[in-house]
Amino acid sequence: MVDQVAILGVGMHPWGKWGKNFVEYGVKAAEDALKDAGVAWTDIQYVAGGDTIRNGYPGYVAGATFVQALGWNGAQISSSYGACASGTQAIESARMRILAGLCDVALVVGSDTTPKGFLAPNKGTRGDDPDWLRFRVLGATNTTYFGLYARRRMDVYGATSEDFAQVKVKNSRHGLSNLNARYRKEVSADEVLSSAMVANPLRLLDICATSDGAAALVLCSMEFARRFTTNPVTIAGIASVTPVYPSTTIEMPNFSTDSAAAVPAPIRGFRDSIAYTAYEQAGIAPDEVNVAEVYDLSTALELDWYENIGLCQPGDAQKLLRDGDTTIGGRVPVNPSGGLACFGEAVPAQAIAQVCELTWQLRGQAGARQVQGAKVGITANQGLFGHGSSVIVKR
Amino acid sequence: MKKRIPAVEGWLNIDPAHPRLIGTKCSDCGSIFFPRETVRCRNPRCGSSRLEATELSSRGTLWSYTGAEYKPPEPYVPRTDPFQPFAIAAVELAAEKMVILGQVDGVGVEGLKVGMEMELTLDTLLEDDETETITWKWKPVSVRENA
Repeated sequence: MVDQVAILGVGMHPWGKWGKNFVEYGVKAAEDALKDAGVAWTDIQYVAGGDTIRNGYPGYVAGATFVQALGWNGAQISSSYGACASGTQAIESARMRILAGLCDVALVVGSDTTPKGFLAPNKGTRGDDPDWLRFRVLGATNTTYFGLYARRRMDVYGATSEDFAQVKVKNSRHGLSNLNARYRKEVSADEVLSSAMVANPLRLLDICATSDGAAALVLCSMEFARRFTTNPVTIAGIASVTPVYPSTTIEMPNFSTDSAAAVPAPIRGFRDSIAYTAYEQAGIAPDEVNVAEVYDLSTALELDWYENIGLCQPGDAQKLLRDGDTTIGGRVPVNPSGGLACFGEAVPAQAIAQVCELTWQLRGQAGARQVQGAKVGITANQGLFGHGSSVIVKR
Repeated sequence: MKKRIPAVEGWLNIDPAHPRLIGTKCSDCGSIFFPRETVRCRNPRCGSSRLEATELSSRGTLWSYTGAEYKPPEPYVPRTDPFQPFAIAAVELAAEKMVILGQVDGVGVEGLKVGMEMELTLDTLLEDDETETITWKWKPVSVRENA
């Protein structure tokens, strides 16, 4: 077990398509997190920014961009990019700084403005970039990979399109009262099953949108936190692992898996290893988890995560869903925020938003979507090119 | 006759009589890579620089598949206007113990099932007045046998 850091404040800018600069969203989320913590901006000693690649140079240097917008305060900074795992890397950067004793209180901010439609590679011809080549040669979008996993689950484990639709139904109900969610409307299974086919077997309503949004955390040492609260939510574990060779599941944006011809595949596949690492670090077992926020880029992918984070055995995820275990009121609710189904993805903000939600849940401040008595929560997520991302929080 | 070139230089043999993906084999540990590795074996306990080009098996079993029902964004170049949906397959090669993606030739998703035997074929990716760019695709073996 490693030492903990406290989550003193959380804040978000609502997800949507607002047509504004990402800095404005990030500032709003930061202001809310600072207010929630009761800490003045000028007292923040370290700022960790989650980078966005779509918003030009200010996005690449998110740490400094947010410090400038909030007013130069001399804080030390970092800017992290790990695709969808960028937020976790920013959180980890701040946590390490605090645990090393190099600062007492830090601000983590991730924010994005995203285009409509499929996420696509940057412009230009780049014949040595697998992310460019997979579009050029295969026409393989991100949803292609989600479709492959979904079909595999159907043909191997007997999941159905109805199961996938029920994930959306559940998450749309969870997110109804969440004012930070972009989509707050109940969705029926019929609506999902009659929406346009995008990446067979996944339909439009199985796949998350891309959104504008921002999320921020104020993290601090346990000693610093004692000035403000006797019972803070804490971070008990963070995984930012890469795969172990040979990684034998096809992963975005690759053309192939590693080969297991010379070296046998590891005991745990990449996605299993993400949560496992966080559990080990936290000294917490999967059966102690009360609530989870996982990356439902697609409905089917949420089911994969149930197994990857140890909520059930491989192949049993759809049973867990059908039994209502992962619905609020069930044994271990998943995505009480409404998940990406209700938010859409704002890449560098999303992993931070997951931690915001768990913090509200563990404080008992989640209102109509409250998971009763939640003491331990886990997030799980994965970024393009092999970025694992999981955060375990407890109170 | 247009000049035929591979979609990515060095990735595939475009001889119509002998279509093959070209990967890399490590001469020290036997690890296989596709696309090719030219610098260092990615087996972390090996790291050898003795890397040789190797042709990969042209048959495998279908690990999973999906359909691209909407036109992918650039840099994808659609072959038809209006766009025609196509299937993408992930095929597991037995000897190489790896899965390789490719578009599917000959059938749509309705003609596929996990576990089917698939074989490598060649098809045109892009075409202009002088050159024809050739890519690899996967095709169910049963499609050829039934033809």
